[in-house]
Amino acid sequence: MSLTFGVVTFPGSNCDVDAWHAVIDVLGERAVSLWHADHDLQGADVVILPGGFSYGDALRAGAIARFSPIMREVIAHAERGAPVVGFCNGFQVLCEAHLLPGALMRNASSKFVCDWVHLRVDGTNAPIFLDAYAPGQLLRIPIAHGEGRFVADEATLDQLEGEGRVAFRYVDAAGHATDDANPNGAARNIAGITNAAGNVLGMMPHPERAVEPLLGSADGLPLFQSLLARVGA
Amino acid sequence: MTAAAVPSPVAPRPGDPEITPALVAEHGITPFEYEKLVAMLGRTPTFTELGIVSALWSEHCSYKHSRPVLKTLPTQAPHVLQGPGENAGVISVGDGLAVAFKIESHNHPSAVEPYQGAATGVGGILRDVFTMGARPIAMLNSLRFGNPESARVRWLLAGVVKGIGDYGNCVGVPTVAGDVMFDASYEGNPLVNAMCVGLMREEELITAKAQGIGNPILAVGARTGRDGIHGASFASEDLSEENEAKRPRVQVGDPFTEKLLLEASLELIRSGHIVAIQDMGAAGLTSSSAEMAERGDVGVVIDVTKVPVREPGMTPYEILLSESQERMLVVAKQGHEAAVQAILHRWHLEAEVIGEVIAEPVYRVMEGDRVVAEFPGTRLVTDCPQYHPEARESAQYHPEARESAAIVALRARDPHAVAPRAEEADPAWTLAQLLSSPTVASKRWITRQYDSQVRTSTVAGPGAADAAIVRLYVYLDPRTGARIAVAEAARNVACTGARPLAITNNLNFGNPKKPDVFFQFREAVHGMGDACRALGTPVTGGNVSLYNENPQGAVFPTPTVGMVGLIDDVAHATRMTFTTPGDAIILLGETKDELGGSEYLSRVHGLTIGAPPSVDLEGERRLVETLVEAIGSGVVRSAHDCSEGGLAVALAECCVADRDAMCGAEVRIDDLALPMRSAFFGESQGRVLLSTAEPDRVLAVAARHGVPARRVGTVRADPVLVLSLGGTTLESPLAPLAAAFHDAIPMLMTRAATAAA
Repeated sequence: MSLTFGVVTFPGSNCDVDAWHAVIDVLGERAVSLWHADHDLQGADVVILPGGFSYGDALRAGAIARFSPIMREVIAHAERGAPVVGFCNGFQVLCEAHLLPGALMRNASSKFVCDWVHLRVDGTNAPIFLDAYAPGQLLRIPIAHGEGRFVADEATLDQLEGEGRVAFRYVDAAGHATDDANPNGAARNIAGITNAAGNVLGMMPHPERAVEPLLGSADGLPLFQSLLARVGA
Repeated sequence: MTAAAVPSPVAPRPGDPEITPALVAEHGITPFEYEKLVAMLGRTPTFTELGIVSALWSEHCSYKHSRPVLKTLPTQAPHVLQGPGENAGVISVGDGLAVAFKIESHNHPSAVEPYQGAATGVGGILRDVFTMGARPIAMLNSLRFGNPESARVRWLLAGVVKGIGDYGNCVGVPTVAGDVMFDASYEGNPLVNAMCVGLMREEELITAKAQGIGNPILAVGARTGRDGIHGASFASEDLSEENEAKRPRVQVGDPFTEKLLLEASLELIRSGHIVAIQDMGAAGLTSSSAEMAERGDVGVVIDVTKVPVREPGMTPYEILLSESQERMLVVAKQGHEAAVQAILHRWHLEAEVIGEVIAEPVYRVMEGDRVVAEFPGTRLVTDCPQYHPEARESAQYHPEARESAAIVALRARDPHAVAPRAEEADPAWTLAQLLSSPTVASKRWITRQYDSQVRTSTVAGPGAADAAIVRLYVYLDPRTGARIAVAEAARNVACTGARPLAITNNLNFGNPKKPDVFFQFREAVHGMGDACRALGTPVTGGNVSLYNENPQGAVFPTPTVGMVGLIDDVAHATRMTFTTPGDAIILLGETKDELGGSEYLSRVHGLTIGAPPSVDLEGERRLVETLVEAIGSGVVRSAHDCSEGGLAVALAECCVADRDAMCGAEVRIDDLALPMRSAFFGESQGRVLLSTAEPDRVLAVAARHGVPARRVGTVRADPVLVLSLGGTTLESPLAPLAAAFHDAIPMLMTRAATAAA
């Protein structure tokens, strides 16, 4: 069975094309474009909230997008236990929409940063996204954001760790979560988290930009392949 | 619509100031130009008309000093679909695809307000490309700053970089390449040149030519405010301390609106509801409407009271000259207004009918029922005065091209007469000095702030681009320097495996009324034309930025070249750094005794002297053929051209530029009988370092094209660089070279940056 990915376009989304490319050209799956003002998920099995600058990051990144009509349907989709994933600005929207805990703040450097980073797969509660990765696997994936510093209170961070919900952590090439390997000052080097049920994933790095060796890495591909194996089966 | 009514005669508008010689002078209009204006109108102009002419006849809009020289550039080739004169040039790249591209400067705004100045420069060049129907797929930029030891220069650099990044990142167009150089001559007058490349299907090409009598004209996008009034005139004067007070003339950019406007405009162009579209850029509504009418050879009438404004009480003068950003002027098909508006509204943007294309040959501006400006035919654009040495219309503004005697003397100095410093006994010291020169050093501190990857799917498609500029050479010898600028751009493009197709240029010079500046300008344009003809890369458009002066004098003459090339098979695209120990290193081209104008003399001795290196354009053409063929056959692992710092710096960059994957190298050319400094640091042109596992195949390709080539060394696994030339050996571990190259700019930028001079 194949999967239909719904890629939401908010005004200001700009990595929607990156997501389409990964789904259609690389995976060979179906993608539908979900307009922010619509109420219809068009039969999408997986919803992707793409990167970009929805509403120009007015107020805070993701703060206005969460009120878009389509988000009501996305929240309902998530509450049904169906997969929702947000990359970069999509992660910010998921936090603003309270589908994920915590918040994304301005990078500690106060500068936008575009670079390749190493990630370690630490999550254990979300096999639908992580199944095709080995536990502790090291990945090389790009980041490109100005507001990517994940923060939450200590109790929440402890809970995320305890429940295996820290999906990805920034590490150095040897796999150690050092300060130098942390590109934005995120709490505990956290790059991506999942919800308690394991069906919502938000992450600042861009796995959809790492799906072909020609672009420098295909380490993002197993995330999509996990979905295909688990949800599409 | 007002067009149908019989207009009343033009009369001064109540409340407008009286036209006096002082007011005319304040508008930057010379007495000669004013006479021409009065003769054209047959009466005294109104205040609104004076403002219109001030903008349209400014150097920035009219090219009145540069056009006669620019006409000498080659602009034709079978693959050129649109040459100069439109929003952007367009070339065919095969398979029904076309590339639109253009470069533009935002030097003056960036000098007083670096963040907004640079951001709006990016916004303007994006609009120039997507108004041709192309989706922007890449941004490049070329930046020049004063000495970064100055806190104000660091403030300018940080602001410009953040402005470029914030705007391009938000719109979602990757910034993929650029160059940054530093020299004291740019102190107080930085250069900010931005280039955009867009991709489209050939049949989607649309131009900015007003057509179809009765067709409505719409203002689209952001509302018109009071910002940026007279920006075009501001860009046409020397910078001075008074300019600090002109900060309000700098526009404010909104990349979110730009992103919406981009999507809406492309949808509009593909919808078939419109016939023409143009950015309201420099001189805003005035120039966009007048230029569209002139291109279509039709009349237009617009009513300023129909223009959506941000605040009440704006005068026709202000509405016409506002440079508020993210606005477009659109000529729609009659009866399709509602369809156009529906597309814009879907993207949360406005579109209002503000005028009409008319048969009567006139450019007319209404304020309700009142005519506030009226010019006959298209003479507002076509009658703009032009100045050139042969035209003796005005002795007062006739630049006598004459080379400065001081520069002739500098060029005549012998670089070998410069005594080496004691530390130079170890060439590794000199190499580290050059690698840590801000001009040579890694620009990762800057490029990390740009999203270079968004839209992955399209960037991997056809097209490769690089910008190049050789500032010291142009100063010492503008004709040779400009030839080298084009040749180096072609070499850079060919080093990625792409075939160079065409260029866009940005000519940054000083005040053209000064004979020596005009000489530099004319010679550089001629040199650029020589190289473009030899390399088969026509000029499809560009920009001229004059009056780049500060109280100390003109900036170094800086012709920026943006070149677009095509890679046949993207799988063979190469990188610049060595990848595989054991690979052979091949040097293409000849190393000569050419130390003049070098980065070595500038960085180590603080001198800009001597004759720049010679350039053999036919040899450069054959070098490009060699690179395209060798890389296209898949046997080349890396390719990097030798430019600033010569062979030693090029080799070191091949070893350390990718800090995560450094490779050592050993290169020996024992029979190189040259003075040591020329061998290591001379900047002979036409040279490229390649690495390959199949040296014989590369050498055979070079031999077939008649390009000198030899195997000079081997990539090594151990982290050491050994370069032995004519008996002198430079040997260094990679770590200190990498530190010099990668840490120089981050260390500089940790220091305070302030706006205070």
